[in-house]
Order: sequence, then C-alpha cells, then structure tokens
Amino acid sequence: MLLIHCPYCDETLPELEFTYGGEAHIARPENPADKTDDEWRDFLFIRTNVKGPHFERWRHAHGCGRFFNAVRDTVSDRFLTTYKAGEPRPDLAVLLEDAAKKEPSK
Amino acid sequence: MTHFSALSLLKNALTGQKNWQAQWPDSQPKAEYDVVIVGAGGHGLGAAYYLAKEHGITNVAVIDKGWLGGGNTGRNTTIIRSNYLYDESARLYDHAVDLWEGLSQDLNYNVMFSRRGVLMLAHNVHDVQSFQRHIHSNRLNGVDNRWLTPEEAKEFCPPLNISPNARYPVVGAALQMRAGTARHDAVAWGYARGASQRGVDIIQNCPVTAIRRGPDGAVEGVETAKGFIRAKKVAVSAAGHTSVVMETAGVRMPLESYPLQALVSEPVKPIFPCVVMSNTVHAYISQSDKGELVIGSGTDQYTSYSQRGGLPLIEHTVAAICEIFPIFNRMRMLRKWGGIVDVTPDRSPILGMTPVPGLYVNCGWGTGGFKATPGAAHTLAWTVAKGTPHDINAPFTLDRFRTGRLIDEAAAAAVAH
Amino acid sequence: MTAFRVPGRGRVLHNRPVSFTFDGDTYQGLEGDTVASALIANGVHLMGRSFKYHRPRGPIAAGSEEPNALIGTRRGKGRFEPNTRATVQEIWNGLETNSQNKYPSLKFDIGAINDRLYMLFSAGFYYKTFMWPRSFWDKVYEPFIRAAAGLGVSPTEPDPDNYASRYLHTDVLVVGAGPAGLAAARAAAEAGLRVTLVDENAEPGGTLLSEPQAKIDGKPAWDWLESEIDALIDLGVRIMTRTTAIGYYHQNMIGLCQKLTDHLEKPAASTPRERMWRVRAKQVILAQGALEKPLVFDGNDRPGVMLAGSAQTYLNRYGVRVGNNTVVVTSHDSAWYAAFDLASAGTRIEAIVDTRPAPNADLVKQAAARGITVFAGYTATGTSGRLRIKSVRINKVDNGRVMAAQTLACDSLLVCGGWTPSLHLFSHTKGTLKWDDQSQTFLPDRITEDCQIAGAGRGLWGIEAALNDGFAMGAAAVKALGKTANIKTLSVADDRPGSGTSHTELPTDLDAGKARAFVDYQNDVTAKDLRLAVREGMRSIEHVKRYTTNGMATDQGKMSNINGLNIAADALGKKQPEVGLTTFRPPYTPTTFGAFVGYHKGDHFEVTRKTPIDSWAEENRAVFEPVSLWRRAWYFPKDGEDMDAAVRRECRETRKSLGMFDASTLGKIEVVGPDAVEFMNRMYTNPWTKLAPGRTRYGLLLGDDGYIRDDGVIGRLSDDRFHITTTTGGAARVLNMMEDYLQTEWPDLKVWLTSTTEQWATIALNGPNARNLLAPFVEGLDISDEAFPHMSIAECSVAGFPARLFRVSFTGELGFEVNVPARHGRALWETLFAAGQKYDICPYGTETMHVLRAEKGFIIVGQDTDGTVTPYDAGAGWAVGKNKPDFVGMRALNRPDLTAEGRKQLVGLLTDDGVSKLEEGAQIVLDPNQPIPMKMVGHVTSSYHSDAAGRPIALALIEGGHGKTGETVYIPMPDRTIRATITGTVFYDPENARLKL
Repeated sequence: MLLIHCPYCDETLPELEFTYGGEAHIARPENPADKTDDEWRDFLFIRTNVKGPHFERWRHAHGCGRFFNAVRDTVSDRFLTTYKAGEPRPDLAVLLEDAAKKEPSK
Repeated sequence: MTHFSALSLLKNALTGQKNWQAQWPDSQPKAEYDVVIVGAGGHGLGAAYYLAKEHGITNVAVIDKGWLGGGNTGRNTTIIRSNYLYDESARLYDHAVDLWEGLSQDLNYNVMFSRRGVLMLAHNVHDVQSFQRHIHSNRLNGVDNRWLTPEEAKEFCPPLNISPNARYPVVGAALQMRAGTARHDAVAWGYARGASQRGVDIIQNCPVTAIRRGPDGAVEGVETAKGFIRAKKVAVSAAGHTSVVMETAGVRMPLESYPLQALVSEPVKPIFPCVVMSNTVHAYISQSDKGELVIGSGTDQYTSYSQRGGLPLIEHTVAAICEIFPIFNRMRMLRKWGGIVDVTPDRSPILGMTPVPGLYVNCGWGTGGFKATPGAAHTLAWTVAKGTPHDINAPFTLDRFRTGRLIDEAAAAAVAH
Repeated sequence: MTAFRVPGRGRVLHNRPVSFTFDGDTYQGLEGDTVASALIANGVHLMGRSFKYHRPRGPIAAGSEEPNALIGTRRGKGRFEPNTRATVQEIWNGLETNSQNKYPSLKFDIGAINDRLYMLFSAGFYYKTFMWPRSFWDKVYEPFIRAAAGLGVSPTEPDPDNYASRYLHTDVLVVGAGPAGLAAARAAAEAGLRVTLVDENAEPGGTLLSEPQAKIDGKPAWDWLESEIDALIDLGVRIMTRTTAIGYYHQNMIGLCQKLTDHLEKPAASTPRERMWRVRAKQVILAQGALEKPLVFDGNDRPGVMLAGSAQTYLNRYGVRVGNNTVVVTSHDSAWYAAFDLASAGTRIEAIVDTRPAPNADLVKQAAARGITVFAGYTATGTSGRLRIKSVRINKVDNGRVMAAQTLACDSLLVCGGWTPSLHLFSHTKGTLKWDDQSQTFLPDRITEDCQIAGAGRGLWGIEAALNDGFAMGAAAVKALGKTANIKTLSVADDRPGSGTSHTELPTDLDAGKARAFVDYQNDVTAKDLRLAVREGMRSIEHVKRYTTNGMATDQGKMSNINGLNIAADALGKKQPEVGLTTFRPPYTPTTFGAFVGYHKGDHFEVTRKTPIDSWAEENRAVFEPVSLWRRAWYFPKDGEDMDAAVRRECRETRKSLGMFDASTLGKIEVVGPDAVEFMNRMYTNPWTKLAPGRTRYGLLLGDDGYIRDDGVIGRLSDDRFHITTTTGGAARVLNMMEDYLQTEWPDLKVWLTSTTEQWATIALNGPNARNLLAPFVEGLDISDEAFPHMSIAECSVAGFPARLFRVSFTGELGFEVNVPARHGRALWETLFAAGQKYDICPYGTETMHVLRAEKGFIIVGQDTDGTVTPYDAGAGWAVGKNKPDFVGMRALNRPDLTAEGRKQLVGLLTDDGVSKLEEGAQIVLDPNQPIPMKMVGHVTSSYHSDAAGRPIALALIEGGHGKTGETVYIPMPDRTIRATITGTVFYDPENARLKL
C-alpha cells in the first residue's frame, strides 16, 4: 500500500484514502468541436504509459476530495513529488537528483 | 530433435536420462531476418511457430529482454475460455480453444489443456441478465456456454457456498464445459521447441531498445543490446512493455500497464474440480495439478511496472474466495506474485497491422491474454505473412479508437476476464 | 521419560507432561515441545511422505523451513488444517495430528511404487507423454495426474474461528529476535524510539536458544537473554512472538501474522486464532538470520537425516537427542559443535565426516579429546534404511578421485552444507543481491526501502558478530531518524564462529545418473533432475525451477534454492549470478487465508448499505435484492404469493389507486454556486439555462467518449442551485466525474458539489390517488396540477418534516417524490402508509418499479444501455442540446462509428403470439433459418409481463431498429424460435394522460 502526500492537506496518508486518476497534464481541448477524430482519440485514449517517472493524477477521495498531480516512478512505485492541480509540470531532472540523494542505500 | 513419446521417455529412463537434447538452442542474433518478433512469451513464440509451420517463413528471430516465458505467460492463472459476448471476441477466443484442443499433439509437447469447465457465478439480477445475454449470444455463435441453477452449480463444484443468506448469494452460474486450464510454462516451452525445430532463432536476454524506420517510414529493423538486426517485418508482442517499444517506432498506444496479482495455496488433495470466476466479488480460482489452489486477483488502481502490488487487494481477493468457499478459510497462502498487464480502453486486444508499414502488434490483452495465446499467435502469423488482416483479427484494429468502433466486453459484462 | 529425552535439558518444562496423538497413537511430550521434538523424543522420525515418490521422510529441520514433516492438525469440529509443519506446531493436551500423502498407512504406502519408477518420472516427464491416443487425455491421463495432486487434504467444514486485524505505526520494526535483532532493538529503544520486535518462534532469542554455552558480557547466554528481554520491556519495546513478518510492501509497510491460539489447550472463545498486523515503520531492521543448507548426495533424505544445527536445536532447546548413534557429514565447522553437544548428552558420535581435507585444527583436536573418529576429505555416497536411516556410505576423495567406500552404521545422520543468509523480506522490496564469492552466498546490495540488514543476513557468523552488528544497525536506524546513538559492543565467550565450503552434489564413485540426491525434498527434485533441465535447454534458474519444480514446495525453496542454483550453475559452467536467483515472494511462510480475510467475512465481507426505510421493509416481509452496495426491497409478497404474483399485484394496485416506493438509494448531488447553470450545461447533454427555478428536467450524462453514463431527474431550486438525482449504482462515479471536470478542467467555475444521497430519504408516491393522499400532509405549497404541474420541484413541509417535493413520475402515473431528512424517512413512510390505507396503498419494490417504467419505455442505464449506447441509440436524442457549444461527450458523438448506419437502437418488441415473454439477454436475428454462427442484430434488454398492456412487453437494442418499426424479427431459443414485431418503446398511455390527473 502506497503512502501518498496530499498537497492540499499537506499530509502523507495511505493509498486507501486516494483514488488514481490516470495520466496528468492531458487537458481537455478548449473547443472540442474543432478537433479532428485523431486529436479526440489522442485526448481520450493515448497515454504515455511510461516506464519510469510518470506524471499522474490522484484524488484524495476519502479526505479533502481534491484532485492533484504526482510524479511517481512506475518501476519502483516511489513518489518523486506531488503538487496541486493547475501547477506546472515540475522539472524532472531536479526531482531525480533529489530522489537520488534520498535513496536509502546512499 | 527427439520426438517426445512414452517410448522415448522409457528409452531415456533406461539410459539415465542422459541423451535428451536441448529443447531449443540459445541463439545469437544474425544480421538480418525476414521477421523479428519482440517478446518471447507464448504469443510471440507462438507467432514464430505458426509463421514457420504454416507459412514457411523460418528466417525468424524471437527476441526477449529476459528469459523466454518469463513475463505474463508464466505469471497468470491459466484460465482458458471463449464465452465472450461480442461476435468478434467469441470468434477470436473460440479459435484459440479450437487450437488448444490439439495443441499438445501439434507441438509434441504436453501443455496439459484440461477441459475441466469454467463456472462464472451470478450474484444479482444484473449478473443474470448479463450472463443470459452471453449464453444466448454464445449459443447462436456456436460457442459452448450454459446456465446452471445454484443447486446445479454446487453439484458441479461441491465446495461452493450457495446459501441465500450470503452477502453475495449465488443466484446461478454460466458454465462453459469446453473451457479450463493449461500448464502455462509448457505453452512457452512447447512453442519455443517447435519454432526452433523449424529454424527460428530464440534470442534471450537481449533488450530491444528501438524499432528503426527508414526514410519511407517503413520498418527497417530493431536496435538491440546485441546490435542492430535488420528485418522488414517486426511484430511487437511485449505485453506490459508494448507502449515503451512502440513509442520508439513513433506509434503511441492506447495502453496502460497495471499490476495484477495472483496467489496459490499450499497443495492439497483434489478438492476443486473446475474453474470458478466471480466478477462481482473479483475472484478466480482453480486447483493446479500439484494441488495448489490457484487464485487470481484484480488489478491495482495505479499503473506500474514494479510487479509488486499491494496487500489490501490480496486481502480482498482472499476474503472473496473464502466468502464463496468457506471451507478454505484455514488453508494457507503459499506465495503471491505480480504481473504487468497492458489494458486498452475497451479491454479488448489490439492485434494485427499498425499505421507503420512492416510493423505489427499484439497487445492489450489485459487479464485475458493466456487463453488467447494460440488464436492470437495463429492469426498474427497469418497477418505478418500476408501483410493483411486475418478475418478473425480484423476487428481488433488500432483504428477503432479513432472511429469509436470499440469491442467493449468490459462495458457489456461489467468486467471482462 | 521417553527414551531420547535428556533430563533437565532444554527450555521445555520437564514437570509438565503433555499428551497428544499422531496417526491415532498417543504420545507423551513436554510443555514447550513441538510435535516434531516430542515425536523425536519418542524415537519417531518417520512423519511424512514426499510428494512425487512417496518416500518416507522425517524432519530435516527444527523450524519453519521444514519441508518434510508436514502433518494434519485438528482441534475438534471445523478446526482442521493440512500441511502444518510438525517442527513449528506446539503440542497441547488433546492435540490430534496425522501424517499425509500415504495410503493405506505411513509405514506402508502404495504410492511408493513411484519411487521404483523414478527413472521414468524425471523432471518434466509429463510434458513428453500422455499425448497418445488423444482421446485418452480427458478420460485416463488427466484424471490420473490430477488424482496425484497435493499432500494433505483440504478442510471440508466452515471455519468456526475468528481472525483479527490491526494497524500499527512504529519508529523501528525489528524482524527477528536473535542476537542481532535484540541488539538492534536495544540500540533503537535506548535512543527513545518506539520499537517493535517480532519473531516467528514461541520465544525470543533465536540462535541463543540453541547455544546456551555462550557467555555474553560474562553472563551465560540464557541469563543474558532473560535480562535483555526485561530491559527491552522496560524501555517500552513491543515484543511479539509467534509473529511472522510475511511480506514487505511499499514504503515500509510490513504484514505480520501473529498466531494467538494454535499453541493453547483451551483458548478463550473470544480470542481470535490469528491477527494480521499492517505495520508502517519508519525504519525496518531485518535480522532474520541464516538457514542451514543440506548436503546433496544419494539417499540424503531418509528419516533420521537432519541438519546438524537443527539437531543442536532439538538438544539444547527441547532437550531431545535425535538418536543414539550418529554420524555427522559436513562441509562447515558449525556441525562439529552439534556433534560435541550431542556427545556430551550421551549420544555416540560414530564419526565426523568432513568434506574438507583439512578441517579446523582446533575442532579436530576437540573431537580427538572426545574420542570421536574424524574422516577428513571424505564424501558421502549413499545411505541405507527404509523407514529410518541404518547406515551411511562414505569414501575418501583423493585429488578429485573417489576412493573405496566404507559403511558407517547409525540411526541418525547430521548434515551441514553451510549457511545461507535469510533475505526473503529484503527480496520483497526489490532490493538487489550481490554474489559473494568468498562466502558462496548472495548478500544484500542495493537497498530500496528504509531498512537495515543486520547479523547473519549480511553474512556475519557467530553470536558476537551478530550482536555487535545488531547494535551498529540499530544505531544506523536511529541516525536515519535524526537521533544520535552510541554504538555499543559486547564480547562473547565460547562463541562458535566458523567457516566452511560450498558444494554442488558431493562427489561419488557410483553412477551419478542414478543417484537419489535430493535438493528439494518435498517435491522430490534431485540433482540429476536439475542437470537434466539444463541439458534440455533450461538456462535460467527461473526455467530450471519451473521445469523441475525445485523451490516450489511449501518451504518455498528455503532448503533448496541455493543448492539448486549451485548445481544449475555448475551444469551450465557459469557463475551463480549469471544464472540468477529466483525471486522470493510473500508470504515468508504459508499464511492462513483467514488471517488475510480478518473481519471481512459474512455480512462484513462488504458493507451493506440500507435506507432509512429498510427496517420497515424487513418487518413487512420484503424480499431484497442487492444493487451495487445497497440492498433494496425487491417485492413484498403476501401469503401464498410468488414473485410473479406479488409483482403483478403491486403493478395493478399502483396503477389502479396508489403505490409507494422507497427511492432513497437514488444518488443525489447538490450543485450550488453562481456558475451552477453553466456547469450543468457543460456536464449534461441537455440545455439548462432556460429551466426555471421550481422546474425539473430529465438529464442525460455522457462520457467524453459519447456513451451514456448516467441519467436522472434534476430539479432547479433557484438560479444557483440544482438537485441532481443519479442512478443508484452511479452516484459515487458521477460525483467523482463531476469533481474531476470541475476541479481540473474548469477550475474557474464557481460551483460546489455535495453528495446528499444519504441526507435524504426519498419516498415515491405513484397512482391516481397520489395527490389525494399527499395533499393533506403538505404545508406551504399548493400541489394542485395547476400550481404544481408535472416536472415541478419545491421546498415545503410534509407531515411536519422539512421536505423537497418533486412532481415526477417513473411509472407514467401521477407521481410525487418526497425527500425528507433521512432521519425522518421511516416516520414519514409509516405516516403515509397508515393514511394510505383508505386508498389501498401498496408498497412496491424494485421489480414493480422496473415493470412500470418499462411499460412507459423509460430506460434503466446499465440494463437498456451497456456502455456502448449513445443518446440517439437510446431514442433520447431529444435530450441533447443541439445549440450548445460543448458538453461532455458532444465531440465524440461525431466520431465515424457513432454516426454510422446500422447502430443498435432501442426499440419496443412484442411477441407475435401475444403470450410469450422473451428472456432478457435473448439474441435477435432476422433470418431464423441461417446456420450457426448466426448473424445477430441485437438483444432483449428488458422484458416483463405487463398487465397494463395485457401482454408481455420488451425493450431491445436492434441494429437500425428505429427505422424498422413494424418489421418482424426472430428470437431463436434452445427449444423454439419466437417471432416478434418491432414497435415503439411506449406500451401504456402514450398520450401521458395519467400524468395530468
């Protein structure tokens, strides 16, 4: 069971309080009617499914109810950071550097 | 290579088992193949086997980042059935069952396909409606599936608790008698042996780092840890890792990879005659030929390649099993493990052509890939050989996510497994 | 006193005899004994049969790693479990145990015929045969293979015991209470941290329990242990025994299974049998020690063959000698000490056979002093004895040549092939291991969780090294948590550090191809099986394991993995790390299902949601049905009525006069804020801007893929407030979806969403007399048709309760839905029911609700739609706001397949004979005479007998159905084909006259 930091509550809590919300930073197009079928498919279905640091959404469903974003390494399941919805993508290089410093075997 | 038979077994028994040969050689890559298959699971090895056997294409390499059969082929709960709702799915999975029935003889490798029957439990009115829809559809498609009352279900599977007072009482069941299980590792090994006998190279521990495309956009080959391998046709059959491999060819996939857990109990004498599935409480169970209860769980909620999976899900799965089969409460869990399943938005696979000339794909099986192994491999080989879709795999295009022509077993059945 | 018990020795209570049974015979043991130690004290080693060859077996170990001595254990009715390790199960008066996998008896087992055919039953033999003739598979071969399954027998009765579960947060969790674990706990506790120390054994101490000779800090080991435990308790350390750390999960969560009653003669009825702990620790210290390796040689599995360290444990911990005349075969110093201890206790040590040409000179000297014969540079090449070892065959090895054999008689044989660090939990974390050439073992390498490994797990041997490493690793954990610790050290006298060498199979002068040199005892995997697997092309340990089943027995490779790896590596001519190590998987030892289940059984398997009116329904003999997590009244049968009769009556009475229905499970969401109407416009297909406050509208919700997700009647209470209703099953999903769009796509909208599902009890009144009943109870509102027309909403009071009143109908009759605060739901229901008697009011359930709505062609999302249906398919195109710039799902409705010809569309269906009721789910064809597989054009989604229509009615999804009204279709059933005609979806009162009463 993962431990997840809710950036709104500023608390680290067990996964049972949260629901996963899929890949982050996939904005719904502003004017859907103008979009092609390909573009709409991309919005609906195409995911990076990255093996490594993954930008993703969680909802603190059994807490404050807020959606927020996270960067989690899908190989180790380790969270690199969480941040509020609407905030820009954090710099991955900085996150990885911080994570390396915190690696237990170091 | 030695033909396997009772006689060859006896002969070798008398000579101290010293004369068996390798079932497949561990090959080093050549510079060029007609077809390169990425991923040496049952699906990839099977496609190579059928390319060689049925299409005479033997200059084929199957490349894996690890050991053959080390992915989902060797990590699943081995359920085989074909009582799917939609015509497209029923045809694909029933084609697979047709092949399963003769697979041991075809491969000269006993994959122990056991037609012990798969019982799917209905727990509420919605389940009954859904199962009846399946049964009627299956009947008209020529697919075996029938309705059992709770009493009939218990007669078929005596450990079943059919008390009407259960939290999720059993109100009936759908039974596919032709369905069952098979020995998962033997499928990979049997295909590997059959393919290599026919000249296919199996290259293990050789990660494919990229698919290379030429100026015309067509596939030129694959970059690997052991260098570039030229091939005009590349088929990707890499399960949970498909997104990563396809991305290198510039094809973005509608896939997400989730952890899926399974477990076995300590072995006991035969007590459980069939396979039982309950989508409502999320549990799947059969008994292996070693005597272990083999139990499948659902996927964790988040995407992951970690093959770990959480404790809460396993607790729920075991609780579900003990709810339906209370006599197993004192049995013990022997081991649990995780796999990575690649899931499409409609829970149906993507099988066949891609927008890239020369690039083929077989992925998106979610939790249902093992049962389809021979069918998927057989039709993919056809498509790779001929460069056109096979009747059976034609509906399972990548394009359906653009047009909306989904084959949504999940939506239709609540959950597809 | 039994023959092999050493008076006064061990930690068992010599004045507390205990009697128990094994295979029906009664045996005496002592309090503190395990079944294995008590049986050995009685001279019994034969305790089981192996899986494949049914070979007679006795315990080879003294702990949870035991692969051979598996027994059934029973405590009265319902309390039986197979495959219990006799080496772990503590005895109590009345415990019943039995051996397994034998017929007719343990001593004479017909299945042992397999043992004679062992050359045939080589690894993977079943892949190569049983294929001809093909028809024999189902009837002959497969039943034969399946019948051979298993060791013990399954329980056959429901389990009467209870299991508990708990969460625990701790600063430091120490796994293993041997010297390293004790020291680590001490270091952490002294730094003021909350420490939890767990051990799978009945008491803490680990190896100290088997080595009383050691003197720690000048004190005898057991005295030191006692004072140390007291000190830990004083420091507030939580010490849990009989508690196994079963798995190491993400972010330092460890699952512990604590056994509470299996060792008790009379457990209190209230005590759970086991308790599952989910521990979240800031730091974990793994001090799990090491496991002894057997040596691999022909006949290394006979009853009486035992690991030397285990024999030492039986002697020192349980006061039991494993035999009278013993031979020791070893490649490691540790076994010598076992021999010395046994010799001191009166067992004759026939010889110590060391594979090393020049064993430790000091040990050789000590052996000589005790008069023990030593054979150095020897190999073991065979044993004899069917049910108990009688002799061992040994040979001198000279420059790799195996010389002439000699035979040593014995009744027990101690073996030791060295020790393997126990890194199972570490492996669960996906921490990596590194092969250490010097110790010929894997040691921890990259650590991925916040944990430390202490003692033998890091390849350190001896009590002093383990203790001091425990202090150091405890201090490391303290430091990691930002505190300071002094690193303490202790010196240990009479310690037994040692070294050894590692082997594959021992060399032999006999045909190695025929040797029965076991690696995995329980699964009967021999060295030659492993070599055969390699010969057949298995090149990774994972393949070898799966092909031979080595390491897949109930000990999960604790006895066999390393020996298997060494042999496979040798056969491949590779170093061990190139061949790999199979992944250890949870649980560490087999763990009772019930412990995972915990409280989640029976009614508590999953929560059952009940409405405020549920208790009334139960008292009034409702039959319930589960709908998502709810239970809902399905129908209310009167005496002698079956479901069909009850439902028909409920339908009739409702349409004739008045019915009442508990609609409280409907999801309800309050949408409030200045942008509420804009939000509604974006979420639902319908336009909302012009809906006046006080009015309601049927709303349709799609996903952005264009398919119907949910529906419900939505009321506008004021400009900035909507009351949404959703389907029963969809409530949580819909709210989550709305929150998602609101928070992440449209954060600029000033809207607040609140789930009010459980705040309101909802009573639906339907029928011509609905207003007549309701009106006298309503205050503050005129509910006449003129003042409060169909599709109105208002706040008022009903029977004195504050209420939200909808004029709405899901039946086609004059209808109202009264929402009152949930706590008043039952009171209002009873008030209305009592007052309704004069109208013959009829409480009805969900089935009648379904019939009544189907008669009017109202859809049920999830029944008449299935996740692939658009509003147009469902005939609800009228609910799509054509002039809106956007709403969820709008774009997708223009995708090619969603606008294609031939989509399945919802229609009505009437059977031509007027009496046949179609089956829900039945498939529809145009040509009933076509061969199978048939082309199906749709299916029946809803089907009921309708008294109002005077015939059965049905709804169906049919390809191009909207253009096929009046056409004939066929429904092929197993026994006949039913003809039906496509109609509209409204079967009753198409003019809606009854709504306006």
